[in-house]
Amino acid sequence: MGVFEHILSFQFVAMWLRVATPLIFTSMGAVICEKSGVVNLGLEGIMLSSALAGVMGSAFSGSLFVGVLTGMAMGLALSAVFAYFHLVLKANAVLCGTAINTFAGGFTVFMLEVTTGEKGNSSSLKSLAFGSWDIPVLKDIPFIGDLLSGHNVLTYMAFLMVGIIWYLLYKTPLGLRIRAVGENEDAINSVGISVKRVRFIAIMICGVMASFGGMYLSMGYLNMFVRDMVAGRGFISLAANAMGQATPIGTMLSALVFAFFDGLSNILQLLKIPSEFVQMLPYAATIAGLVAYSIQKTHSTRKKHGLVRV
Amino acid sequence: MNTKSINRLVDATKLAMIVLVACLLVSVIILLVSEQPGVAISSFFLGPFSSLRRIGNILEGAIPLIFTALAVTLIFRAGQFSMISEGAFFIGIMGAMIVGIAMPLPPGLHPLVALLVAGVFGACAAAVPALLKLKWQVSEVVTSIMLNYVIQFFVIYMVNYHFREPEASSLASLKIAESASLPGLVPGTRVHLGLIIALLFSVATWFFVFRMRAGFKIRLVGDNAQFSHYVGIKAPAVMVMAQIIAGAVAGIGGGVEFLGMYTRFKWTASPGYGWAGIAVALLARRNPMLVPLSALFIAYLNVGSGIMARSSDVSSEIVLIIQGVIMLMIAADALLQNWRQRLIVQNATA
Repeated sequence: MGVFEHILSFQFVAMWLRVATPLIFTSMGAVICEKSGVVNLGLEGIMLSSALAGVMGSAFSGSLFVGVLTGMAMGLALSAVFAYFHLVLKANAVLCGTAINTFAGGFTVFMLEVTTGEKGNSSSLKSLAFGSWDIPVLKDIPFIGDLLSGHNVLTYMAFLMVGIIWYLLYKTPLGLRIRAVGENEDAINSVGISVKRVRFIAIMICGVMASFGGMYLSMGYLNMFVRDMVAGRGFISLAANAMGQATPIGTMLSALVFAFFDGLSNILQLLKIPSEFVQMLPYAATIAGLVAYSIQKTHSTRKKHGLVRV
Repeated sequence: MNTKSINRLVDATKLAMIVLVACLLVSVIILLVSEQPGVAISSFFLGPFSSLRRIGNILEGAIPLIFTALAVTLIFRAGQFSMISEGAFFIGIMGAMIVGIAMPLPPGLHPLVALLVAGVFGACAAAVPALLKLKWQVSEVVTSIMLNYVIQFFVIYMVNYHFREPEASSLASLKIAESASLPGLVPGTRVHLGLIIALLFSVATWFFVFRMRAGFKIRLVGDNAQFSHYVGIKAPAVMVMAQIIAGAVAGIGGGVEFLGMYTRFKWTASPGYGWAGIAVALLARRNPMLVPLSALFIAYLNVGSGIMARSSDVSSEIVLIIQGVIMLMIAADALLQNWRQRLIVQNATA
């Protein structure tokens, strides 16, 4: 089979959605943060830590639910640290995020070794994973059933989240406040709303989103935690958010574009291309996507204003 | 006391506090997880000083950190947040390797050319996110991180397909010519000429940032881009220049590390000195003169954690945990700010 037949198959669509799931979750978190005026570079580390926490929680309790709670708690805890240092102690967001990522890279391997004696992966732990969902009735319809049914529960949840985040941002008072803080914090201060509090809430929601992105990797995409398994997906989610102009729908579409190349790289492994170039593809595609988007944006602003501001 | 000495006092206190917290944190973590905490703690803190070879390990471990931290300093001073030091360092290694293997040159000249090529490669890598931002306002943070991944795979491809040792079972390049290696400095250790080069670069970077016109522009642009625009400085050009110079410094650092410590390329992933360089640069409060000291401190923690991992049951990743905490605390501008404020007010009203 050639590459194109592969891409047109149901298996490819399934894989595409598989690799898109963590990006959609996490980029929805990035959207909320960005709307409130915070660039959360710590997504990468939050995903990684939650991926491990979910595995451990489920392995030691024997319950998937407890695992999810542990993963979420980890995401919330790191987000709270990020929020405290960024909002209260006025640390630069990029540095804060980088610190969280550095911490998570060490912390996860450290905890893994303490609990399992291994540094590479958690295969010795009997952790639980999210199952797939065969949608009743729909699954029996030819074509549509193959396309839409049988994916991981979290994949459906990720797409659901796009709607929920959209509703939250545009149809609730909290969403209005989040957007207002991002647009003009002085204005929102002047009507007596605490900017810090709104941003804190946004960062915490973002933490939950990123923790699901991470847990999907270790409890859905794979059935165990592997060191550094996030491999830049937190950053790619930020890129998806930038390309989607921090709108839920646009960001989801951008995440799907980036995921397409991730999926494509899985297929290209079958060809006789040096594997390094295949592995490079998702990252190179992210750069290309960001650049293409920015060129287009620069052109449209130029047209609108007739000049470019430095 | 004038404001300057108040600032110095508060900064020094903050630094002492951070070092203290870091050391306490190490001890607490060890006490929590280790079955022989005494051995672990003493090998962590005292181990690095227990032999000449280990002291040498600290010095040689500080060398790559000095270079990447200088690069980070230049970039941050210009108000940019490119994370390209990591990739520039790694591609610098590749540049030095290519010259070391494929270009027969006399000793003396050979490492010089190799480092030059390493610097050019690093500068080219750093120019990409810088120019993308200049031309189309693409955020340099994400593009630089993505580029680091691209560079990592590209370098490994180059080694794997063009410079691989055919006999070796795991990934290793051909041996570089002996004439390309940097000579050792202290017998009984692996400390090499790179240490001197690193110190010279620190002084030169300090001179550049604080005593030269271009460095002044970088600082001005970084502190207030709008203001610098009004006084007629082309801020975007200055930002790009700072990043390209930084890339060259990090690239040369990669070359120095490779030529000083290795005879073959053996990395399977980017070694992370660029990220650690951020912690070092922040710890030195973005002052190039202090970079060697803070690099020594981080290198000391690295060596200590390595010794501890070998002699006890605590793994060396503890050092990344500490690095993260250190970065968080230094980045926290408001830490001790109330105290600083009070001192300044007291001083002004006295």
